[in-house]
Amino acid sequence: MTAVSAAGVWKYYGDYPALKNISLTVEPGSCLALLGRNGAGKTTLLRILAGLSQPSRGTVSIGGLAVRDPRARRNIGILGHGIAVYEEFSAYENLRLFAGLYGLADPHRAALEWLERTGLDRVKDGLVREFSRGMRQRLAVARAFLHNPHVLLLDEPFTALDDRAIAVLQNLLAEARSQNRTVILSTHQLREALELATHVALIQRGALAYAGERTPIMLEDPGWLYRNYGEA
Amino acid sequence: MSFFRHSVQIASKDLRAELRTKEALNASLSFALVILLLFSFAFDPTAEQTREISGGLLWLVFAFAGALILNRSFARELTNDCLDALVASPVSGPALFTGKCLANMALLVAVELICLPVFGIFYNVRWAHRFWPLLLTLILGTWGITVVGTVFSALTVNLRLRELMLPTLVYPLLIPALMAAIQLTTGLLAGQPLAAELTNWLKLLIGFDIIFTALALGLVETVLMG
Amino acid sequence: MKDKLLYAACLLAAWLVLANLSVILLVLPDEAEQGAIYRIIFFHVPAAWSAFLGFLVAALASVAYLVKRNLWFDALAVSVTEVGLAFAVVNLVTGMIWGRIIWGIWWTWDARLTSMLVCALLYAGYLMLRRAVEEPAQRAKFSAVFSIFAFIDVPIVWFSIQWWRTQHPQPVFRGGGSMDPAMYKMMFANWVPLLLLFVVLSVVRLRQERARGEIDALRREAHAL
Repeated sequence: MTAVSAAGVWKYYGDYPALKNISLTVEPGSCLALLGRNGAGKTTLLRILAGLSQPSRGTVSIGGLAVRDPRARRNIGILGHGIAVYEEFSAYENLRLFAGLYGLADPHRAALEWLERTGLDRVKDGLVREFSRGMRQRLAVARAFLHNPHVLLLDEPFTALDDRAIAVLQNLLAEARSQNRTVILSTHQLREALELATHVALIQRGALAYAGERTPIMLEDPGWLYRNYGEA
Repeated sequence: MSFFRHSVQIASKDLRAELRTKEALNASLSFALVILLLFSFAFDPTAEQTREISGGLLWLVFAFAGALILNRSFARELTNDCLDALVASPVSGPALFTGKCLANMALLVAVELICLPVFGIFYNVRWAHRFWPLLLTLILGTWGITVVGTVFSALTVNLRLRELMLPTLVYPLLIPALMAAIQLTTGLLAGQPLAAELTNWLKLLIGFDIIFTALALGLVETVLMG
Repeated sequence: MKDKLLYAACLLAAWLVLANLSVILLVLPDEAEQGAIYRIIFFHVPAAWSAFLGFLVAALASVAYLVKRNLWFDALAVSVTEVGLAFAVVNLVTGMIWGRIIWGIWWTWDARLTSMLVCALLYAGYLMLRRAVEEPAQRAKFSAVFSIFAFIDVPIVWFSIQWWRTQHPQPVFRGGGSMDPAMYKMMFANWVPLLLLFVVLSVVRLRQERARGEIDALRREAHAL
């Protein structure tokens, strides 16, 4: 059973196709790096895979279930451009809230555990409003991983993270890989992404220009993919 | 059932957040009280006039004050893209909607229950002897306002001129409910029993609530999906 | 070909209106109480019927859009709503003129006029909503949702305002009483040219909306290059 599968996905804005006939399958345990220029359609595709946006045509399934099925959503963790935590609540309250929404058996313990894993346990009762940028990013990461999702969808996760947050995230991603969980991340930071990735997909003006395993060439020469499959 | 659990979780989150900042609550309450006082001062109505306009005045105040609360309802999810996290979670659209309706309802009814004694004092109107039928009217009328207002709060959340669009869209839709609530309130305060004519307005209000709750629950998922 | 049909329909409508007018002005007798001005009814009432037809078609097109997500249905919905709203305004203005002549006042919260005014406000809100949304699919989706809410509300509005007015009676612009069958016939007869006009205007607006969609798509494509 594939972890994530998109079949014939089109997304129109008005009459203009932002995504054209995207079909890809991602197997459990793999890490897919989604590459492409700004405006190519990476965020659009990720939002559709996360169930935040409906494709104009085509279907998306997570673990064999339709993406809007609550059982599928229970297994998706998202990290987008916004941190998606509430300013007026404390770090603990935020995680406790999301743990409850995801139906975790012991939300209190889960919240405390993830505060510790992201190094926020000492500020657990501090309001997010008062956090530094790095602390907010780490809390966002905690929120995304909190319910141990099988599938992680990350939109440019390394942008705007400080060193500590990047380290936390890289550890968590490596751990996710070892637990056979699936990661799809879009990025501009080719270096970090290509190190983690097992597979690579290049989106160009809404269409899938390349999809396949990450090869050693790509790792040595990050620009290779764009030169050979990208636009002139 | 997870629907009820999620609704309660969302409702308590919204209430906790609002009680912490009290932004919408303060704005709504101050606005309502100021309008009530201004009207009393500007029109200086006689006892007879007050009896005729009591329902209209109260419900217009509640509708305007309610818009301030309803606007915040989904707007509070915009900071940091929290709405995305909620929509991506296992919480269904209808559960999210119901949770927010419950929270908005609690806040708006609280504002109304504060306005009622203030109204009684400044307009010299006795209301306590009709409290229970009045409470029924408040709850039914406010539910109508809340249900329509919350679904359009979701719809207008990302629009330009959100604060203008919400009242523009919602008030005309609410006219039957407001009218029924106004007739009921005026009648009850004038001493009419809850029978005959007044029960027809009650039935209209209940019918409105049922129809629009069903419609909102059916369409809210469509509204929330990008 | 299509254009020729539209012109032909216009001419037919004009001819029918003139034919009807000759009957209305020359043949039909004055009404007992209201004198000559009652003749405005032959435009006032069919205009209302046309408005409601517009709102109904808009609601159906809205449901069709939400199911099929084909923007043609959205174009139909907005065209038919705009034309319906125009007819609603005609109904309101003819009503006000009538009231001014009969009662000497421009407005009274007469049940029918009030209800039509609320409907006009509802659908004016629909048009405002459309202006507030940039992206065409989102605009179509939100307008469709609102159109459905609005149409379901229309009968409730009419009923509640009627009920309100039976409790608090005020001058009524048009008596409910029975009408001479010749006059009834004429109301329907005059609806035909109005319907033709309705269809012509809707088709023109529909084309314009589709053309706008195409231009929008081309512009986005140009930006992407």
